[in-house]
Amino acid sequence: MRIGVDVGGTNTDAVLMDGTTVVSSTKTPTTANVSAGIAKALRTVLEDSGIDRATIDGVMIGTTHFTNAVVERKHLTPTACIRLGLPATVCLPPMVDWPDDLREIVGGNAHLAHGGHEFDGREISAYQPDEVRAIAEKIRDAGLDAIAISSVFSPVNATFEEQSAEIVRSVIPGANITLSSEIGRIGLLERENAAIMNSCLRQLAARTVDGFKAALDELQITAPFYISQNDGTLMNADFAKEYPVLTFASGPTNSMRGAAFLSGLRDAIVVDVGGTTTDIGVLQHGFPRVAALAVDIGGVRTNFRMPDTYSIGLGGGSLIASNPLKVGPRSVGYELTEKALVFGGDVLTATDVIVAGGVSPPREGGSVEGGALSIGDASAVSHLDAELVAAVQGRIMEMIAIAVDRMKTSATPVPVIVVGGGSILVTGAVEGASEIIKPDHFPVANAIGAAIAQVGGECDRIFSLAELSRDEALDQAKGEASDRAVNAGADAESIEIVDVEEVPLAYLPGNATRIMVKAIGDLVEV
Amino acid sequence: MLRQVTLEDIRPIAIGAGILGTGGGGNPYLGGLHLASVIREKGPQAIIDPFDLADDALCCVVGSIGAPTVSIEKLPEGTEMMRAMRELEAHIGRRFDAVAIAEIGGANSMQPLIGGLQAGIPTVDSDSMGRAFPEIQMSSFLFDTSAKAAPLAMVDVADNAALIPAAVSDVWAEKMARNIAVSMGARAGLAGTIMTGAQVKAAGVHYTLSLAHHLGSRVIEAQERKADVPAVVADALDGEVIFCGKITDVDRRVSKGFARGGVRFESYSGADVLEIEFQNEFLIAYINGEIVATVPDLICIVTEEEGEPVTTEVLRYGTRVAVIAAPAPAQLKSGVALDVVGPRAFGYDVDFRPLPGGVIGRSPQRFTTEEKEDTQRSQRELQGNHANPL
Repeated sequence: MRIGVDVGGTNTDAVLMDGTTVVSSTKTPTTANVSAGIAKALRTVLEDSGIDRATIDGVMIGTTHFTNAVVERKHLTPTACIRLGLPATVCLPPMVDWPDDLREIVGGNAHLAHGGHEFDGREISAYQPDEVRAIAEKIRDAGLDAIAISSVFSPVNATFEEQSAEIVRSVIPGANITLSSEIGRIGLLERENAAIMNSCLRQLAARTVDGFKAALDELQITAPFYISQNDGTLMNADFAKEYPVLTFASGPTNSMRGAAFLSGLRDAIVVDVGGTTTDIGVLQHGFPRVAALAVDIGGVRTNFRMPDTYSIGLGGGSLIASNPLKVGPRSVGYELTEKALVFGGDVLTATDVIVAGGVSPPREGGSVEGGALSIGDASAVSHLDAELVAAVQGRIMEMIAIAVDRMKTSATPVPVIVVGGGSILVTGAVEGASEIIKPDHFPVANAIGAAIAQVGGECDRIFSLAELSRDEALDQAKGEASDRAVNAGADAESIEIVDVEEVPLAYLPGNATRIMVKAIGDLVEV
Repeated sequence: MLRQVTLEDIRPIAIGAGILGTGGGGNPYLGGLHLASVIREKGPQAIIDPFDLADDALCCVVGSIGAPTVSIEKLPEGTEMMRAMRELEAHIGRRFDAVAIAEIGGANSMQPLIGGLQAGIPTVDSDSMGRAFPEIQMSSFLFDTSAKAAPLAMVDVADNAALIPAAVSDVWAEKMARNIAVSMGARAGLAGTIMTGAQVKAAGVHYTLSLAHHLGSRVIEAQERKADVPAVVADALDGEVIFCGKITDVDRRVSKGFARGGVRFESYSGADVLEIEFQNEFLIAYINGEIVATVPDLICIVTEEEGEPVTTEVLRYGTRVAVIAAPAPAQLKSGVALDVVGPRAFGYDVDFRPLPGGVIGRSPQRFTTEEKEDTQRSQRELQGNHANPL
């Protein structure tokens, strides 16, 4: 049996699954100390089911914590960036294409130094350790210890990034350093952006993952635990602390995989309403549609291969301003159950307005676990002006309809699956939807998606096509990726090759090509 | 037509130029970011109508020369175009009055705007291709004219500069320049093809900066109203959507400095197959084995929903695209031109099969007043399964 957990900004969901059967599920508020919320959720599903803890094969945790931190510009550690490549790249310095507010929060502390490589491995300019040392001292004197290091063509040769990391560590002991070569692929700005965001998020990641571990320890769960990555596969806890940026968009992936699983539909639009954001994605043949081009996270370009989702700042915890009318993007997040009016607080949230408007029970015989009918004290919002309530409901449906429309590929109406804890915000029909489906267990689709997540293996190396034919090289790469997926715990029978990419390296002897292959498979049942 | 390029014009030009890149020419996004910072510093860049140039005005073209995969990684220093022009001016002992566009397709749409603004001279609303091509001699400024690619000057990100004072042919100029570009890290700024105003007027593919801007503006507008963006692109270029489907295989090789290869698409029903041969740009398209478009006609690939250009370096398995074929400008279709930019010039043993019509290189009234989208769309529906996204 597996436990899937989803830690959102507002709610922590847990689900216990035996194969494809949901044995028990729960939704509890996310707590400031995440481990308390997780512990509570885990305890609930364990007690409800009465199963023996030893029968748990694994705990899969998905979290939108890190994406939310960037979107909301919260809990970000000011981070410096050192880029090696002078005199190249001067006209497009680090963070050049970031939104101003995010650049300000992160510090905009960017430094250019000599070094970097040409495509063929030559040095662009001589690497100067003293220059890097002087920059490291400046960064230290500015009081920063989070640093991202990028170097031109580091996916081909990472030496300068590695040497610079050593120098920075000697100047700033214990520095939190992300090398761009560890994160992404060719495409300097996008790879560097991801590396900077990774360092920004590491403190938060360490606190968060330690919290997960503490929660499991407290409940004496000894099964291994995994964190969901953006491609829907799993990584182990230590890896997640080092590379929180790889969890970006794992929430949408999990909720869409969960929505497909719950609804039985393979082609639909999924609207996942959380506490802080609503993510809209498209299911094609049961998997999220993948973005074709660069993906923005909080307004920053990255080159991860990610589900093509569109996020709006709308959720159950969204703050409501009445004059002029504004819904979100600021949210009370996990403090919903303290701050919202219906829970005795003094902040007007989207949830309050929906409760005041009278909650319609979920359709399709959906259950109401932690959902619709059990939301706080309706009398606390009975004083709200009916006109305001109608205006807010209208605005929310307008926001969702615009976002759904944006993700559609044609004007033909398509089924819309609504999942997530904030699903009560959807109070009417969505223009352009053939039907609105709120499946059983809709509030915990994320956790179900996490629980059914797969494991992956990658092969990323340079092949010389002088010695092998292209087909032989591809077969070899696919074989290596599949072997790694099996070693990571995948059932060999279930393995699929999901991504193949070739990048030729011009002018290298023997027609060298970098081949990247990703294989994924189901976690083998123990 | 455009009289100046402001911050607001960058995005439409980048989108239009990306589509006109026919898969090559590099992504104008980075050049656009760079141009924005130069405009913020110096103000808008002036654009001059080619027919407003004095006959004896001195012009040249500028552009970045190198490999597309390098351009997204080894970003420029920023003053390459201006420094290349200054090297060339020092050689000939005269200042340029205006800078023409070598290649409107792709990143080289931005370089003459950046270089002109930095050098304090206007950019001419004419280029030499109306699209993207991989080599210097593939330029209408050089077909059957007295202009020559050399003398030309090249600079890299550092203080390395090279001058080619003379070449026995434009192909020789290309070969030498290519080798210099490789030694400069597969990316260099180049200024060359010195011309008078009269030569620009006689040989240019005119108003293509305005066309890129118009195309990009229509794409943005179509995205906003959820229209069929590929159909709008086809309409703006007087072309047709010839295929909708997803990428099922990409075969890349690099030889002689170019990313060559083939890409295969399948329609959603799986019944039809489109194959495209590329050498930096998309050159020949086959549907179910039959040739449907040939260079120099334009073969443009855009994402199916957003209509964003898909370049050869971002071709990936699974991407859903629409493929548009559009007629080349008349300047590329003469016998002399086809010897340089026809299918045989790229090593394909097939004849050029011109698509009818064409708007590229025509007066701006031709593309700003006509709205033929509805007829385009119905034509596309009549075509049946090739263009049917379902």
